[in-house]
Amino acid sequence: MSNIGSYDERVKDFSWSIAEKELGYAPGDVINIGWHCTDRICRMGRADKVALHWEGFTGAAKTYTYNDIRLASNTIAAFLRGLGLKPEERVCLFMDRIPELYLGFLGILKTGAIAQPLFSAFGDESLLVRLANAETSAVITQKKHAPKVRKILDKLPALRHIIIVDHDGAAPLKEREVAFSLEKAAPVEHFDVHPTTAESPSVLHYTSGTTGMPKGVKHVHYSLISQYLTAKWALDLRDDDVYWCTADPGWVTGTSYGIIAPFALGVTQCVLDAGFSAEAWYKWIEKRRVSMWYSAPTAIRSLMKAGDEIVKKYDLSCLRHLASVGEPLNSEAVVWSARVFGKPFYDTYWQTETGSIVIGNYPGMEVRPGSMGKPFPGITGTVLDPVRNEPYPTHGKIGLVALKFDWPSRMRTYWNNPEAFQKKFRNGWYITGDRSRLDADGYFWFAGRDDDIINTAGHLVSPFEVESALLEHPAVAESAVVSKPDPINLEVVKAFVTLKPGFMASQDLDLDIMNFIRKKLSPLAMPQAIEFVASLPKTRSGKIMRRLLHAREWGEEIGDTSTLEND
Amino acid sequence: MAEELKDIVLKYVTKEYLEDDSEPLTYETPLISGGIVDSFSMVSLKRFLENKYQIAIPDEEATPEAFDSVNKIVALVERFVAKKG
Repeated sequence: MSNIGSYDERVKDFSWSIAEKELGYAPGDVINIGWHCTDRICRMGRADKVALHWEGFTGAAKTYTYNDIRLASNTIAAFLRGLGLKPEERVCLFMDRIPELYLGFLGILKTGAIAQPLFSAFGDESLLVRLANAETSAVITQKKHAPKVRKILDKLPALRHIIIVDHDGAAPLKEREVAFSLEKAAPVEHFDVHPTTAESPSVLHYTSGTTGMPKGVKHVHYSLISQYLTAKWALDLRDDDVYWCTADPGWVTGTSYGIIAPFALGVTQCVLDAGFSAEAWYKWIEKRRVSMWYSAPTAIRSLMKAGDEIVKKYDLSCLRHLASVGEPLNSEAVVWSARVFGKPFYDTYWQTETGSIVIGNYPGMEVRPGSMGKPFPGITGTVLDPVRNEPYPTHGKIGLVALKFDWPSRMRTYWNNPEAFQKKFRNGWYITGDRSRLDADGYFWFAGRDDDIINTAGHLVSPFEVESALLEHPAVAESAVVSKPDPINLEVVKAFVTLKPGFMASQDLDLDIMNFIRKKLSPLAMPQAIEFVASLPKTRSGKIMRRLLHAREWGEEIGDTSTLEND
Repeated sequence: MAEELKDIVLKYVTKEYLEDDSEPLTYETPLISGGIVDSFSMVSLKRFLENKYQIAIPDEEATPEAFDSVNKIVALVERFVAKKG
């Protein structure tokens, strides 16, 4: 019997108070994610239970009990408070998937400060816009990533502390830098956790915008209610599970379901800080006896590409339940996993802004391969007619995925950008930016984005941000960035580029531009294809018609071209 | 050719992908499984090799395992250079 039991029954008599009661929370109480994930579990008599098995690519391994993560998060929190950091200040985590990332996240929350995780592969430009927008006070990082912070330090007057967690004394600390070693610091047994309440800000994740710079999605401590219950019901996480979430905490899946939910449930989770390879992943599942595995379609398709034979080399009988998130999970992947692992991947749908799963396939209901599933109990979802802004009266039509904005982990605003937040609503519905159709039984079927945002391997990339960065390359005169279909990553970035006088298209220039964007923004934003063109299609008013280029890449109808400028 | 090729690839990976120059690469350093080159960055590394040696490495051959160290990359490139004749 799954945790959710009957999906239909749960929908009928649902209330978020189910999670509140299980977490010992009543409206008006103090609620602090850092405390709930550590101290609370210890108080429940599970201090000696393993919370985290960690392994790095060199084979270095560490295991932490719930008491260990309580002490470690206390120790980090005390250090941050000692630096003078105050509640609601933004503290960025800019690290690989090392233990300090997970423990630091919990420590920040214990102080009442806001955790701002950023993907460690971000280049200095991506880092700058996010730290500047958030007016971040401190960055916790590793010595290998510190040079990127140093490079932009002059443009970040609010940044007071750069905390290096692995400083070895080989090179002196530089301006605003301070060393902190979790292993050398004296463990702090008692830490006075900041009494945050439901609406106290907790986490700031950045997401890409269509026409503007990245937006900081503000979450609050009450998000715990949704994250806890969705992990329990949608991911079917159980007390005796060994759980592996493959997402990096630089992205929301890696915090909501890679830190908060499993620890709040008192589950043992494992983290492998290594790059992808089918062999390494299967070996890890076998070694750690992973029973619940939460991954992404791109990884699943990469495993499919590695073939069925390799699967037979490992004992994967430990796997009990599999789920996926990040982009639409194609039906072939669901069928493949059922064949090779003996169980299908259950697709789940949510976004940085929703904070937790809002639509999904659950153990308590029939999985329809290729479908996004149904709204989580307590969540009202529909497909909106984009013209009338009303739900379609009949099923089968493609429209906007829209939600009633009333679940605990919904974002509260975009940081310093209330106008962008307001634009997310139409006629009382929250507009996700995705399109889908509903079938006769209430299952959602993904149909694509409703904007120009590129979803590559489950990560959103803004064409605007890439185009802006391209213009900084000395050879680029103009550019237009669109998505290009990709069998593994769903979409990848493609750039159409016109060159400044004196520059000639060449293989070397193509590679130089790719590397320029990879280092400036991130490997995800790097165009995997660059087409040098004499001119870009524009409207008569001079606006680049990305739509035409997108349609060409996807083999779609070009549509109305009446506003196209004649060359 | 192998030694020269190894040297070129090592220097290129060091220059383009290594964030911390205090820990030098060896020919056996795990690049993909070691998190130095991710699957997206692998595309630019593949492009460099294809441009430099005027070869085409098909996607099915460009696996994380085949790109996991300088030595493995060199073996792959040599195979395609030999095919080219």
